[in-house]
Amino acid sequence: MRELALHLLDIAENSVSARAANIYILVEEDTQQDTLRMLVKDNGSGMTPEMVAKVIDPFTTSRTTRKVGLGIPLLKAAAEMCEGWLKIESTVGLGTTVEVLFKRSHIDRMPLGNLAETFVNLLIGTPNVHWVFEYKLNQNSFLFDDEPIKNELDEIPLSEPAVIKFIREYFHSGFLSVKEQI
Amino acid sequence: MNKIKSLEDLKKVREEALRKRDLRASSGQTEIVVGMGTVGIAAGARETLKAILDYIESENLSGVMVRQAGNIGLDSFEPVVQVTVGEQQKVTYGKVSPDAAVRIMKEHIVGGNIVKELMLNI
Repeated sequence: MRELALHLLDIAENSVSARAANIYILVEEDTQQDTLRMLVKDNGSGMTPEMVAKVIDPFTTSRTTRKVGLGIPLLKAAAEMCEGWLKIESTVGLGTTVEVLFKRSHIDRMPLGNLAETFVNLLIGTPNVHWVFEYKLNQNSFLFDDEPIKNELDEIPLSEPAVIKFIREYFHSGFLSVKEQI
Repeated sequence: MNKIKSLEDLKKVREEALRKRDLRASSGQTEIVVGMGTVGIAAGARETLKAILDYIESENLSGVMVRQAGNIGLDSFEPVVQVTVGEQQKVTYGKVSPDAAVRIMKEHIVGGNIVKELMLNI
């Protein structure tokens, strides 16, 4: 993965697989603290401590009841290379939160990448989930909650051309509004 | 200072979409599913999905449902795209780059012809 936005996409897909109804994604950049923090919080099926350990460890060879991929171990390695960390908190029946932190200015820190397209994909591609996205840069933030939009659209699918256009423009101006206020 | 588009614009979008839906002949729904597992993402599935959405937006194509799925289980053929047009059988395409996606949109979705070279036989 060459962008942090792609790692986010990967982790969000885990939340979808866990049958979460609500997924919250936060990306927070702090130039003073020199940190870049990402968080994916879901109310899906959650994991036992044993499962959490398996998910983080890429070398598990014992039988598993569900397939485990390399997404999380790779993200953890990327964070630790940048003086950061990855942490998973999970409770069966309640949900999971994956949090990762990077030293923002670290030379090995991969670019954030196309966050807007990641959010657009998640929103349109998985419409049954209630998505809340938040992007913060220092004191400024852009919060996107899909509920008002879905309520307004009612039965119109999100993959209608005019809706795609609207959503993309909405994200575009939202991100711009955060960056302009520096 | 708030440049975020208002829900007023969205109301108009909805009205227009409703109008279009009434005009369009009910030839059945088209469904496109893009695999978005870890391997898919690493292989560029996000860009593939983006190309599909770009095409829908620029060609003003209504009635196409686009979805993401997790890992479909065909890792070496990622990005994988599955297309179901109306009542026809589902077609699975492999190694779908953004350009290949546009081709599938043009030839299969709009043109009605399966792109045999890209099809996976599963």
